[in-house]
Amino acid sequence: MSEPIREKPLTKNFSPGEAPFDLKQYESGGGYQAVRKAMTEMAPEDVTGVVKEANLRGRGGAGFPTGMKWSFVPMGDRAPKRKYLVANADEMEPGTFKDRLLLEGDPHQFIEGMILAAYAIQADVAYIFLRWAYKKAEALLGKAIAEAYEAGYLGKNILGSGYNLELYLHTSAGRYICGEETALMNALEGKRPIPRTKPPFPQTSGLWGKPTIVQNVETLCNVPHIVANGADWYKSLSYSGNGGTKLFGASGKIKRPAIWELPLGTPMRELLEEHAGGMQDGLKFRGVLPGGASTDFLVEEHLDLPMDYEPVMEAGSRLGTGTMVILDDKTCPVGMIRNLELFFTRESCGFCTPCRDGIPWTHRLLDAIETGDGKPEDIDNLDFIINTITRMLGRTFCAFAPGAVEPLQSGLKYFRDDFEQHIGEKRCPYAS
Amino acid sequence: MATIYIDNKPFEVADDQNLLQAVLSLGLNLPYFCWHPALGSVGACRQCAIKQFRDEEDSRGKIVMACMTPVNSKSLIPPLNETRISVDDEEAEHFRESVIEWLMVNHPHDCPVCDEGGSCHLQDMTVMTGHNYRRYRFKKRTHRNQYLGPFINHEMNRCIACYRCVRFYRDYGGGDDLSVMASRGEVYFGRFEDGVLESEFSGNLVEVCPTGVFTDKTYKEHYTRKWDLQTAPSICLHCSLGCNTIPGERYGEIRTILSRYNGEVNGYFLCDRGRFGYGFVNSGRRIRQPLIRNDAGGLESSTPEAVGDKLASFLSNGAKMIGIGSPRASLEANFALRTLVGADRFYNGMSADDSRLVASAIRILQEGPARTPTLREVESADAVFVLGEDLTNTAPRLDLAVKQSVRRKPIERAAMLRIPEWDDASVRELVQDEKGPFFIATPNPTKLDNIATQTYRATPDDLARLGFAVAHALDPAAPSVTDLPDDVAQLADSIAQALKESKRPLVISGTSCASEAVMRAAANVAWALCQDERAGEVYFVVPECNSTGVRLMAERDVDAAIEAVQANEADTVIVLENDLYRRAAGTSVDTLLDTAEHVIAIDHQTHRTTEKAEAVLPAGTFAESDGTFVSSEGRAQRFYQVFVSNGDEQESWRWLQELMGAAGQLEAPAWENLDDITAGLAQAYPIFEAIPKIAPPAGFRVVGQKIPRQSPRHSGRTSVLADVNVSEPKPPADSDSPFSFSMEGYTGAPPSALISRFWSPGWNSPQAINKFQIEVGGHLHGGDPGRRLIEPSDDAKPEYLNDVPASFKPRDGELLIMPLYHIFGSDELSILAPAVAERSPQPYLALNPNAAASLQVRDGEVVEITLDGVAQRLPAKISPELPEGTAGLPVGLPGLCGVTLPAWSRVKK
Amino acid sequence: MLTEEERREIEEEFEHFDYKQAVSVDALKIVQKHRGWVSDESIKDIAELLEMSPAELDGVATFYNLIYRKPVGKHVILLCDSVSCWVMGCDRMRAHFTKRLGIDFGETSEDNEFTLLPMQCLGTCDHAPAMMIDETLHRDLDEDKIDGIIERYKG
Ligand SMILES: Cc1cc2nc3c(=O)[nH]c(=O)nc-3n(C[C@H](O)[C@H](O)[C@H](O)COP(=O)(O)O)c2cc1C
Ligand code: SF4
Ligand code: FES
Repeated sequence: MSEPIREKPLTKNFSPGEAPFDLKQYESGGGYQAVRKAMTEMAPEDVTGVVKEANLRGRGGAGFPTGMKWSFVPMGDRAPKRKYLVANADEMEPGTFKDRLLLEGDPHQFIEGMILAAYAIQADVAYIFLRWAYKKAEALLGKAIAEAYEAGYLGKNILGSGYNLELYLHTSAGRYICGEETALMNALEGKRPIPRTKPPFPQTSGLWGKPTIVQNVETLCNVPHIVANGADWYKSLSYSGNGGTKLFGASGKIKRPAIWELPLGTPMRELLEEHAGGMQDGLKFRGVLPGGASTDFLVEEHLDLPMDYEPVMEAGSRLGTGTMVILDDKTCPVGMIRNLELFFTRESCGFCTPCRDGIPWTHRLLDAIETGDGKPEDIDNLDFIINTITRMLGRTFCAFAPGAVEPLQSGLKYFRDDFEQHIGEKRCPYAS
Repeated sequence: MATIYIDNKPFEVADDQNLLQAVLSLGLNLPYFCWHPALGSVGACRQCAIKQFRDEEDSRGKIVMACMTPVNSKSLIPPLNETRISVDDEEAEHFRESVIEWLMVNHPHDCPVCDEGGSCHLQDMTVMTGHNYRRYRFKKRTHRNQYLGPFINHEMNRCIACYRCVRFYRDYGGGDDLSVMASRGEVYFGRFEDGVLESEFSGNLVEVCPTGVFTDKTYKEHYTRKWDLQTAPSICLHCSLGCNTIPGERYGEIRTILSRYNGEVNGYFLCDRGRFGYGFVNSGRRIRQPLIRNDAGGLESSTPEAVGDKLASFLSNGAKMIGIGSPRASLEANFALRTLVGADRFYNGMSADDSRLVASAIRILQEGPARTPTLREVESADAVFVLGEDLTNTAPRLDLAVKQSVRRKPIERAAMLRIPEWDDASVRELVQDEKGPFFIATPNPTKLDNIATQTYRATPDDLARLGFAVAHALDPAAPSVTDLPDDVAQLADSIAQALKESKRPLVISGTSCASEAVMRAAANVAWALCQDERAGEVYFVVPECNSTGVRLMAERDVDAAIEAVQANEADTVIVLENDLYRRAAGTSVDTLLDTAEHVIAIDHQTHRTTEKAEAVLPAGTFAESDGTFVSSEGRAQRFYQVFVSNGDEQESWRWLQELMGAAGQLEAPAWENLDDITAGLAQAYPIFEAIPKIAPPAGFRVVGQKIPRQSPRHSGRTSVLADVNVSEPKPPADSDSPFSFSMEGYTGAPPSALISRFWSPGWNSPQAINKFQIEVGGHLHGGDPGRRLIEPSDDAKPEYLNDVPASFKPRDGELLIMPLYHIFGSDELSILAPAVAERSPQPYLALNPNAAASLQVRDGEVVEITLDGVAQRLPAKISPELPEGTAGLPVGLPGLCGVTLPAWSRVKK
Repeated sequence: MLTEEERREIEEEFEHFDYKQAVSVDALKIVQKHRGWVSDESIKDIAELLEMSPAELDGVATFYNLIYRKPVGKHVILLCDSVSCWVMGCDRMRAHFTKRLGIDFGETSEDNEFTLLPMQCLGTCDHAPAMMIDETLHRDLDEDKIDGIIERYKG
C-alpha cells in the first residue's frame, strides 16, 4: 500500500462555526477554475476521460465507476434533445451524515461539480434532489445557485462556451427510497417514487425517458478537483487504485463522533482509535456497520481493514457510504437490529413481495425476541427470510431489500448467542 | 426463433419474448402474478423466479425473474452466449414457495367465503408452489373496503399487491379514478374516495385481479361456485363487435359473464355493458309462456298447444303473411322466419336508416380495396381517424383497442433503445404520455378526446365534408370539397399527412350519425390510403349484434313492411324478436299494428310491440338458444345454448318451424337441428356458404364423447336442481350442438369454437387461458373462432364515392336533434339489467351554451321538443361542444321517443 | 379552493419542469405550508391544477411521510428513531415526550400544540439523539434539553 499524499481537497474550504464561502471567497481559493478550464480547453469527452482515468468511484453507496457511467450517455447530434443531470442529495441512510456536511460546508464546490458533470454529458437541465430535512443546506444552495447564475456559471452560454445549463433545486418530502436513483427519477417526475427496472439504464432512458445521470453529492464534489489537478494527482490521494479521499464518519458511543476526510483505504482502526478517540469510557467495541444501515456488521477481527471498496467487500460487508455506526458492549445487538429492520419495514416502497412482506416479518420476529416473546424457531424463520432474499441483487426489484438483509444476516452470524439468550431467558439481557 | 435450454432440454421459441412467455407458451408451468399477457412485465411480485446459467459449465447459476429476462440472452447486460435456465432448480423452487409464503402473510384465509374461491389464481399458484404451512404467527394488516358502484365489489384485505388492477385500469384502459395509495406493506388499491368506478371496462378487474379483491357484484347477488356454473361459448349481443363471452348459469339464471378469449376479437377483455348486461335473461319482463289476446282485449297466458291451434286458424287459410326479422336475432331465427313467409315477404326488421347505412357499409367493404381489421389488428394501427362514432358508447371494446393503437407510433422508439415491448414500465417511461396520430371528428365530445391529437365537432354533413377533404388531400383523384373554412382545410391536411406517414392507417366510422355521406367519406379516405402497397383499413360500427347478418339476408326494412300493410299487401304480421317502436316513428308502427289483422310476436321480453300483438310466443334468449351472429367485422360467430329453461321458451326458429306446420306448409323443411338450418342458409345465400363450417356440427365428438357444459367438479350431482327436488333428473338432450347439459363428456381442450370454460389441471382461474393458446396472448389452438364473410376483392379499384354534401345550415327557430349514445342506456336489452340501469342517465336534451342562452334555460331546466309528432319535455343539459344549430337526445332510453334522428325540432322552454 | 397565493406559488414551480405532474410534491408542500396539512379538498384542487386525477395525486401524497393527510398540531416534532439515535437513546426521548405531552408517535397533544412523529435518520448522527421541530433541528438531546425546548415552543 503506497503512502498517499495528504491533502483534503473536499474540506479545504471548510470553516467550522462560520458561514461557508460565498462566490467571491470560493473563487479566490481557485473555485470555478475547473469549470473555466473545461469550458475553454476541454471537450465534454475530455472531462469524462479524466474522471474515468482518475478512478473516481461513486460515493453514494454502490461504488460504480463514475467516468464509466458518463461514457454510456449518448453524445453528439444524434443524442436525444434533452439530457439531465441529477445530484442525489437525499441522504437518508441511517448513520450517514457526510453529504449534509459537504452541502453546508461548501455549496459552491458541489455546484461546480454539477456543472462539470452536466457539461461532460451535455445535459441541458440539472436538478438537485435534496431531502426535506436539510433546511440549512437548502438555504445555502439557493443562495449559491443564484450567485452562480449571476456570475455566468449557469444559464445560457456559460463563460461564452455556447453551453447552456439550467439548474434547479428540488426538495423532497421524506422517504428513504427516494435516494435509490431510479425511484428518485420517479419522485422528480412527480410520480410515486418506486424504483424502475434496469435495463434500460438511466444513461439512455432516465428522467422522462431521456438520458440521465444521477450522482451522489460527494462524488460530484470530487469532480472539480480532478478536472483542475488531473487524474494522477487524484489517484495519489488514496492508498489504493481507487482514486481520492473519502469522507469517513462514525457515530455511536465513541468519544468524538464526526466526519473526517482521509485517503481511501485508511484503516478502520485508525479511524476509530485516532480520529474518533476510541469508545466512550467503560464501553467496549462490539461491532460496526461500516457504511450505513444497509451494510453488514464487521467485528473486532476486521478492525485493521483498510476502508476501501474491495477490502470491505472481501470481509463480507460493503464500504457503503463510509460512515460507520458503532455497536458497543452495553447496547443490545438484537435491539439494534430490530431498530434497523423497523426502518426498512417502514421505508419499503411496497412494490415487490420479498421486501414488502418479508422484511416486516423479520421486524415482527425481532420485536418478539427482543420483548421476551421469542420462540426457538424464530431464529430459523429469520434465517429462512435472510437466505431467501439474500444480499444478492436480482431477487428483489431493487437494492433496498438486499441492503435490509445485510445487517440482519451478519448480526445473526456474529451475535447469535445474544439471540439465543433472549429467547432462552424470555427477556432482553441488556435491559437494566 | 431462438434455441433455449430449459432444464437441459433444448426448445425453439420466438426470440422477442421474455422467458416467462416462452416457458408458458411451451406448456410448462411457472407461477406468476404481476405479469399479464396483455399488460406485459413489471417484475413486482418476484413469483416467476427461475435459475439462469451462463453456460453449460455454470453450475451455480443466478436467480432471475423469468418475466423480466429476455429469451435472447445476447441482449442482456452483460450478454450471455446462450440461454440456459432451470425451472426445476431447487433454489428457484424454494424461492417461489417463499414468495407465496410472503404473499400469504397478510392474506386472509377466507377462501370459503370468497367469491374467487375455485377460480383463484392465488389458490392455483399456492398449490403449484407447494406452500401449505403458515409460519407467520403475528397479526395481519387490515384495510377498509370501498363502495365502487353496482358492478364491482371491493375486499382489500385479500390484496397481494400485484399491481395488475391499476395497470389494467389506468395504463391499459385509460381510467384515472383507480390508483395505488400509501406504500410499504400498506399499499392500497382503490379510489380516492368511495364512488362508482368510472371506466367502462371496470369489469375486467374481476378477471385481472388474481385474488378476490375485485369481484363481480352482480354475481355476488346470486353467487355460486365457478364449478357449479353451467357454461357454454357465447357471443355478446349488446353491440355489433361480437365479443366472445362465457355466460354461467345455475338454477335457470344467468349469474355472471366472463370474457371468452378470442385472439382476433376481444382478447381478454369485455366492456361493462357486455359483462353486466345479462340481467334481461333473468328479468321479470321475460315472456315465459305463450300469450294470447282474450276477448276482453288483454293478453293471457296459454299453453303451446292452445296457441298452436289458434295460430293455425290465423295462418292456414291463405293469410297474406309477412315476416319482420330482427338485427338482434340469430341468422337462423331470421332464416326460419324467411322460410315461413317466403323470401319476398321477409323484412329485415331494421329502421330504414339503419338498413340503408348497414348496406352502405357492406357495399364499401365488398366493393372497395380497404379491408376491415379485426379488433386485434386495430390495436396495431399506427394512425387512427374516427369519423362520426362515439366509440366508447357505440362500440366500447373498440375504444379499448384504439387506446392501444395510439401507443404504436411512440413505441417504435423503444425498439431503437432495445427496450422490449413486454418491458411495460420501461416502455411507458420512455414514451410518457406521447400519443400517436389519432383524430376524432364527431358531433359530440367523446371520452377518447383526451388522447386525441385533434378533435373536430360538427354536424354529420360537415363531418362528411372533412372526410372527403382528407381523401382528396391524400389522392387528388378523389372528389374535392369546395368552400371549406381554412381551419377545417388545414385539419384535413394534417390528418391526411399523418395517415400517409403511417404504416398501418385506420379509419373508423359507422352508422350512429345516421349519415351515409359520413360513411362514404370514410370509404374514400380508406381507399385513398390503399395505394403504394399500403393497406388502408376501415372499420364500420353498425347498430346491433346481427345488423350485418340480417342486412345480408334482406334489403327491405320496417318502413317497407309498414307500407306493405298499409297497401293491404299483407294482413298477418309475424314479428321476430323486435320492438318495432325502436325502428320507426310511433305513429307508423301504430298504423302497422292496428291495420294488420293478425300480429304474432316472438320474443323473450315484454315491450310495446308484444303488448299490441294478438299472440306472443316465448323465445329463448341468447342463453337459451344456439345461433349465429355476424359482427361488424363481418365475422360470423356461433353462440350456444347455456341452459334449458323451465318454461315454454324455445329457440325462435323452433317456434317458426311450428308455425310452418300450423300454416299447413307442406313443403316446410324438416329441420331437426341447427345444422339443418345453417345448411339451408348456406344454400340460400352464397355469402353464408361458410356458416356451417364456423363450428363443428352437432354430431361432432371427441373420442366419442360430447363436450360437457358442466365442469367435472359440478357439485351435488344428484341435486343440481336442489332448489326444487333432490332426485337426479335426466339431463336434457341437446340435438343442436356437440355439448351435453351435464358434466359427462370430454374434459380436455375442445376445438376453439367449443371452449365452454378455461380450465386446465392446476389452473382454475381465467389464467388457464394460457393453456389454450399457441403462444401466450396469441391465437387459440386451432385458430380463433369465427369466419370473416366479407373481404375486399383483390382487384377492387372502384370509383371514389361522390355526393359531397353541402355545409350544414342552421335553421331559424329549429334545432337539429342529434342522437347521443350511452353505453349504459342506449342498448335495448342490457338496460334491463338492474346494475346497468343504475348506471344509465335520465333522459335529457343536450344544448350548447348558445342555444341554451337564446332559449334562456339553465342546466336542468325543462324544455320541450317535438319529434315524430310527439311532444316531450326533458331537462336541458348544457354541453359546450355541440355544433351550433344542433341539440342532442340520448338514444334508446326508456320513455324517450325519437327513433328517426337526426331530425329538426322546435325547442321551447 | 386554493388561495391566490398558493396557486401562484405552485405555478411558479411549473417553470422548473416540462410536465405539470412533476410539481406534485412541491404543490402538496406549498398547500401544507399554508394550511398545516393536506385535506381531501386540497387534493382535488391541486389535482385539477396539475391535470392529474385526485386518485393519482393521492397515490403520491400518501407515499411521503412528510405530507400530512390528517390534521397535525401547531408544531410537529420529528424525532429521529434511526439507528445512531437509537444507540444514543432516542427511545428514552420518545418516552419523555409521552410523559411530558401525553403523546406517542402518530399522536397530537390535547391542546393541539404538538404532534409527535418518528423520523428517518436526520443526517446528524454525530450529534445524536436528534429531532426537528417544524423546520428547526435540535441535536444532542437529553431530557432536560427537551423540557427547555418544549417550554420555548409552548409560548
Ligand atoms: C435504497 C437505496 C437508497 C439510496 N439512497 C441514496 C442516497 O440517499 N444518496 C445517494 O447518493 N445514493 C443513494 N443510493 C444509491 C443510488 O441509487 C445511486 O447509486 C447513487 O446515487 C449513484 O451515485 P454515485 O455513483 O455517485 O454513488 C441509494 C440506493 C438504494 C438502493
Ligand atoms: S426491494 Fe422492492 S419493495 Fe423494497 S424498496 Fe426495492 S422495489 Fe420497493
Ligand atoms: S440516526 Fe439519528 S441522526 Fe442519524
